[in-house]
This record gives sequence, structure tokens and C-alpha cells, in this order.
Amino acid sequence: MNERQDDATLDALRAGDREAFARLVDETSPQLYRTAMQILANEQDAEDVLQETYIKALKALPDFEGRSSLSTWLHRIAVNEALMLLRKRKTPMVSVEEGNPFNGEEESEGMEIVDFCCLPEGELMNGESRKFMDKAIQQLPENLRTVFILRDLEDYSIQETAEALKLSESNVKTRLLRARLHLRQALSGYFAEKVQKEKSK
Amino acid sequence: MNEHQHDFKCSQMLGNLSDYIDGDLQADLCAQIEDHMKTCENCRVVVNTLRKTVELYEKSSEETDEIPGEVKERLFAKLKIEEYLNK
Repeated sequence: MNERQDDATLDALRAGDREAFARLVDETSPQLYRTAMQILANEQDAEDVLQETYIKALKALPDFEGRSSLSTWLHRIAVNEALMLLRKRKTPMVSVEEGNPFNGEEESEGMEIVDFCCLPEGELMNGESRKFMDKAIQQLPENLRTVFILRDLEDYSIQETAEALKLSESNVKTRLLRARLHLRQALSGYFAEKVQKEKSK
Repeated sequence: MNEHQHDFKCSQMLGNLSDYIDGDLQADLCAQIEDHMKTCENCRVVVNTLRKTVELYEKSSEETDEIPGEVKERLFAKLKIEEYLNK
């Protein structure tokens, strides 16, 4: 949705145009559902977050100033809702990273060295590999997963990620690095066979 | 790392890699990493595949997805816009 479409949609939504609202829901709900699924790794919770996002958005519409796109605004609401649900779910615990700084020696143990960058785009980004990538995110420990989703998928800055998750910026950076290294490792294992096949061609 | 002789620089480099691929690392540390990669093939692969991993995820997040039909139906019903479903 571009800026002009956004303005027209916003005017229609503010005028109570239900068809425009339905169009917005139709266009934005798949991505919002995916984000909620990635954060929560639970279908029922993701669905609850999806519904709550639009209910909250409708209520907050008069205060929406249009500084971001409608889609970005909806994503922020969905992320907040999902994080709130995560916090409700678990008992508070002391962060492991606070007393466990990044140790390059430990982290480099058993690293896969597979140069999958050379694979054709169609091998790297097809339906099967995207499913694997989603699964790899869901297998990350929750404290790494949320940082990665906010920073790399939802395009939050380090500072915004730190504020949303109530963490220090250095903690966000450490978690982000760990998350990226975990995912790199997972993708290296996944693509290893394909790299072998390409080499033998 | 597999088939990778650990030396001080390989593991030391690892802690700075996120900042490096994001372009947020100070110049002298970037130069150290780049120098090291000239002679260390394994680290070059780690850096390139780490960057590629982030790129692939960013691209993947831009792709449009399908939402399960029943989730969409319940969403439209909850928001009282079911008459516009599949229009």
C-alpha cells in the first residue's frame, strides 16, 4: 500500500467505511498472522493476537497521526500484543545473558562451514526453504527469537528493540548475534546437500 | 569450526560480526576483520553466509503469505465484516 492509497484508506476508515476496513484486513492479515506465529509459535495465540490487533487499531484510529504507513502501524500493534501475551505466559526470570557475555571460543564450537551463498536464487528462496526458515526461527530459544524477529524481520532499530523488550541495547546486540549465528548454522546444515549437488554438476 | 584451526583472531572476530555486516562496526575493527578474511577461508565463509542468512530472512519477510481459510473466516466474523469475505 503506498502513501496515497494510505491516505484514501485512512479517510474512508475514519468515515466508518466497512468495505475499506475489510480490504485493509484482507491485505494486511496474512503478514500480521505470520509475524504473530513467528513470535508465539502457537496457532491459537496468533489468531487471538490477529483479532485483537484490528480491534485495537479501530479504537486507536482517531489518534493515528500517519507518521508511519498503516501497515507498519498495524505491525507495531500486533508485535506489542504478541509480546504482552508472551510476558503473561511465563514467570519472570533473570536473563541468562546478563551474567553470560558472548564467548567467541564457545560459540564457534562445531560451526558448519558450507558456502551456500553460491546456490541459485531458486534453491535459496522456494516454498520448501521458506518453510525450513520459519521452522528454524521457531526452534530458536524465545529470548533470541523475539530479538531477531523485531530487528531483522520487523525492521525495528536496536534502540526500539531494546525498548519493546525492556532490555539493554548491548543485551539486544548479543542476542541478535547469537540468533543470527544459530540461524546461519541451521541454514548451513539445510543447504549442505544442495551445495554438494551444485558442485558435482 | 569444522576443519578449522582455532586461533585467537577467528573467535575474537565472531563477537563483532553482527555489527560488521550491519555496517555499524568502527573502521579499525572492520579493517582487522577484512585483513583476517584474506587469509582465512573458513571465516570468509562464515561472514558471507551470516550476511546471506540475514538477507534471506529479510526477503522472506517481504513475501506475501496465505492465511488459513478458517482463521480468516473467524477474523472477518469477529470484526463483523463477514459480508466482504472473498470479495
